[in-house]
Amino acid sequence: MTVVQETPGAPNPNGGIAPIPVRIGGVRGGPPLRKILRRDTWWLQPALTALGLLGFIAYSIWAALRNGDFYAGAYGRDYLSPLYSPCLTHSCTTAGYVWGGWSWWRISPAWLILAFPGAFRTTCYYYRKAYYRSFWLSPPACAVPDAGSTAEGQGLRKRYSGETRFPLILQNIHRYTWYFAVIFAGILTWDAIAAFRFANGIGLGVGTIILVINAVFIWAYTLGCHACRHLCGGGLKHFSKHKGRYWLWKNVLTHLNEHHQLFAWCSLFSIIVSDLYIYLVASGTITDPRIF
Amino acid sequence: MASTTEQAASTTRPAAPSSTARRAVTLRLWRGDADGGRFVDYEVPALEGEVVLDVVHRIQATSAPDLAVRWNCKAGKCGSCSAEINGKPRLMCMTRMSTLPQDEPITVSPMRTFPVIRDLVTDVSYNFTVAAAIPAFSPGPREADGTYRMAQVDVDRSQEFRKCIECFLCQNVCHVIRDHEDNKAHYAGPRFLIRLAELEMHPLDNLDRRRYISEQMGVGLCNITKCCTEVCPEGIHITDNGIIPLKERVVDARYDPVAWLGRKLLGRKAPQSAAEVAAVAPLWRNGAAKHGSAASKDA
Amino acid sequence: MAELERHDVDVLIIGAGGSGLRAAIEASATGARTAVVCKSLLGKAHTVMAEGGVAAALGNVWSEDNWKVHFRDTMRGGKLLNNWRMAQLHAQEAPDRVLELEEWGALFDRTPDGLILQRDFGGHRYARLAHVGDRTGLELLRTVQQRSVSLGVEVFMECKIVRLLHGPSGEVNGAVGLWRESGRFVVFSAKAVVLASGGVGKTWKFTSNSWESTGDGHALALWAGADLIDMEFVQFHPTGMVWPPSARGILVTEGVRGDGGVLRNSEGRRFMFDYIPDFYAKETADSEAEADQWYENKRDFRRPPELLPRDEVARSINSEVKAGRGSPHGGVFLDIASRRSAEDIKRRLPSMYHQFKELADVDITAEPMEVGPTCHYIMGGVRVDGDTAASTVAGLYACGEVAGGMHGANRLGGNSLSDLLVFGRRAGRYAAEHALGITGATVVDEAQVDAVCNEALGYFDGSGENPYAVHQDLQETMQALVGIIRTESELVEAKERLGDFSERAGTVSVEGHRQFNPGWHLALDLQSMLAVANCTTRSAIERKESRGGHTRDDYRESDPDHFGKINMVSRLRDGVVEVSESPLPTMPAELQALFEEGH
Repeated sequence: MTVVQETPGAPNPNGGIAPIPVRIGGVRGGPPLRKILRRDTWWLQPALTALGLLGFIAYSIWAALRNGDFYAGAYGRDYLSPLYSPCLTHSCTTAGYVWGGWSWWRISPAWLILAFPGAFRTTCYYYRKAYYRSFWLSPPACAVPDAGSTAEGQGLRKRYSGETRFPLILQNIHRYTWYFAVIFAGILTWDAIAAFRFANGIGLGVGTIILVINAVFIWAYTLGCHACRHLCGGGLKHFSKHKGRYWLWKNVLTHLNEHHQLFAWCSLFSIIVSDLYIYLVASGTITDPRIF
Repeated sequence: MASTTEQAASTTRPAAPSSTARRAVTLRLWRGDADGGRFVDYEVPALEGEVVLDVVHRIQATSAPDLAVRWNCKAGKCGSCSAEINGKPRLMCMTRMSTLPQDEPITVSPMRTFPVIRDLVTDVSYNFTVAAAIPAFSPGPREADGTYRMAQVDVDRSQEFRKCIECFLCQNVCHVIRDHEDNKAHYAGPRFLIRLAELEMHPLDNLDRRRYISEQMGVGLCNITKCCTEVCPEGIHITDNGIIPLKERVVDARYDPVAWLGRKLLGRKAPQSAAEVAAVAPLWRNGAAKHGSAASKDA
Repeated sequence: MAELERHDVDVLIIGAGGSGLRAAIEASATGARTAVVCKSLLGKAHTVMAEGGVAAALGNVWSEDNWKVHFRDTMRGGKLLNNWRMAQLHAQEAPDRVLELEEWGALFDRTPDGLILQRDFGGHRYARLAHVGDRTGLELLRTVQQRSVSLGVEVFMECKIVRLLHGPSGEVNGAVGLWRESGRFVVFSAKAVVLASGGVGKTWKFTSNSWESTGDGHALALWAGADLIDMEFVQFHPTGMVWPPSARGILVTEGVRGDGGVLRNSEGRRFMFDYIPDFYAKETADSEAEADQWYENKRDFRRPPELLPRDEVARSINSEVKAGRGSPHGGVFLDIASRRSAEDIKRRLPSMYHQFKELADVDITAEPMEVGPTCHYIMGGVRVDGDTAASTVAGLYACGEVAGGMHGANRLGGNSLSDLLVFGRRAGRYAAEHALGITGATVVDEAQVDAVCNEALGYFDGSGENPYAVHQDLQETMQALVGIIRTESELVEAKERLGDFSERAGTVSVEGHRQFNPGWHLALDLQSMLAVANCTTRSAIERKESRGGHTRDDYRESDPDHFGKINMVSRLRDGVVEVSESPLPTMPAELQALFEEGH
């Protein structure tokens, strides 16, 4: 039996006017809290999500520590790894970056670069759902108790304050991270275009295709962002007075937004594939097949 | 019988057989009240095309006439027969028996977030109290010809939220209150967040509820884990189209320095304060809160 | 019983559907202390089941439309048996009532220039139904619900009113209720009572109505000494689901036909062309080619026969099934899949798509639906004054489905939602006016209260059978003997069986205790259903003609000279329902003239 104590004086995490005078407490029906009646494999999705996210983190740590073999210029290909783009420390001279590079920079530039898309993805509404479920277990799945459940006075966390306090209140900066994400999407687009430039003119290699697909996924993910959807048109009250923004909101952003989760994973995957492929080419492990 | 507190004690009582029966299924129903309860198994014949509510009714009409269950339309339109079937929050009238595994007992338990009254019936008065805390719709004046003009594109978004049948499954599944009882006093829950979204997006409404939504309705407590959307029998995109847009609007009003600066420089109105907006909510009107003004049933 | 919970109000409203809440909004606006009592939770009332729309001559789609056309359509649909004053007020005031909903937050579908969009429905000359997809009732109920909440109207939920109380001169001055949750009694003293309790469908076996529709308001009025009229007129909606058995009776909106759906028999024939009555021949297409053009060009072509009034369509389906041309599960086919694109169907009829997919595993964008008549609405009810909604007993008002007269012998689709609003408002206003005109405290008669409580508690000592068994037998009898097609012998048999059921219902035994006990609630509801069944059966015996929702196999023609001019009145005398004839109110000449212009 779940018996909850009356907690009328609980502090208001929102700092609002007064508590809503609802009935707190009472006896719950159904099984005891930790007995889960769901018959399906509800744990599979959070487990896979955790695995996927951990895999990406592990890979990107390895790739960042590598600090080398991220540019295939030596093999006549203007391929730059998305984890090292823009090209900061080296001069990626076969290609279009005009400045020479920060030769004074000592540690891996990937750390600097990862910070921006990293912040975008960390504050992304989809990824929030993913890691709140799979890492915070808050909750791991629907109608499965939150790891911090205080319903039977046995939770791991004393209170649940959601995104109302530091540090999670910082999730509200998501739109600023999006502004940077757009810049990075632009850079990766440029990289994809540059990947058509071969040492001896225009060409198309397998790496080109990978980088183009990567850029497409990055855009699909970045434009499907909830903050983007809000800024473009979602925040308007009267669509009828803003025909262009409405068109964009309805016909582009909303459709991308519906598949935000899909593109979040596709783009994550394409980043890994791009980096890995370029590493293999740049390290001379494989040769990039040229299609024409 | 409802005074025992042992869990899942299985007393099988056969319900009346039927000539068209194909095979038997077992329903494991929660029986009990505020003093405690247990699961009781009922073996019933399974008929073609039935939903869970049909079987519950058959049990009621044959072996357990005092089995308490709420229901009205039996067509997925009124949202009365919410329960947890095999641990998943669902409408009993829209869950076909054929979609459930029938080799084991099918459990039906009351919604967990609300205190149980009896058997499958829970005290959902929380929702009615919150409803009274919603600042009322505040339209502008009519056109000269006595009508209101609204473009279809401007009403589409709010119309999606008005599909809500108030089954309260989203309220039930939301861990913010399901697992953290004390949050009930500070949190509207998904159903009322989309009600607020509906009003914020309503082309005729003139109130700015953003600070109120943040400071009083607790939108910040939602961590967008989307269970509300998962269980919604009407398929409303509660999170993506309702709560997240609200969160972004709250960012505009409270957290975005550029938006703040823009308002200052352009001389735009500051967001309305929560206290000012609260005065339009029936619950807070006249100063003190009146307990559940539209939900009075203190016997 | 001094320990009883008591509430003193000016206006007590029984029922929290569209009409009850509309009455509450109006009554509380006058300053009267208003309370609403309902059997379910707030917002679950049967109004949510209304799908198609609310009929109002707004003229947004057809500028030719006006209240006179709407009035004429309503009267013709009701086979001229309507209370003309109610039909007139209804047609005149419906547009204002709809616009008012917008002021409270309702969001109807829009025309390209931003006005309320209107759709076609059976029996309405012009596209007239303001709607929101196919969930208009939900929109209407939510709107009045939210308005009531914002006004702070007090709502007593999950409380059944067992009996009305009356003062020394017979006037209604309160009610005894029962909290479903705790099983305890509650006494309301009130200066006026508004019945807004809806319908009676649960008296029949196949019905679109919810469990609440047990005719409580009809019975309360009858027991309080009020007149009921037209109780023989029960509308069977032509299209209810017929399969699977558990979904039988659930409504399939008329909007399916308004949006292009057609009815076919097992031979694939659009049989409605074989059943066009002379009365409607002039405005109904007589070939498929013409009918199909109407959807696109309503000005130059006549409407398809699928959109005849509900009574005509229900009877036609009944005849096809009887002739052996029905669908496998005893209905006919309603086909929209072959006539509209899947996308169109999902957009215009989302909840129908959903309903068939979930309940019957049928994809209506790919295959036809199987449909058949289902008990839907009772035209009859409490006899009221057209202007004030006052019943024949002082202090008692009625609006919505529980009131009689507005729809005559047959109701047009879409007219019930507008009825709720127009007469809900009037009942609320005049009940409040009546209440505010009474000075002094309301004193209820404790002896009556005790008697009601003791009677209700008596079921726990009952020695008879399970109330569910009696209910099931009652439903079977009403379905079989007092259904769509009736004959004298069957009706008389039904009347006899009803006497037997009354005895059984009086001695049913209830298991368990008072707290949320559905068996007990059913035992109490059974009394209401029996009262309704008695009125309907007896009135049906007396009306020896066929008209609208009353079809007699032994009197197939309508009788304009006698029965066309009278209402059947049911009232209680010495505990027995007595039926008598009462002349129809006479329509003024200027309204008469509307029927002679012949368009």
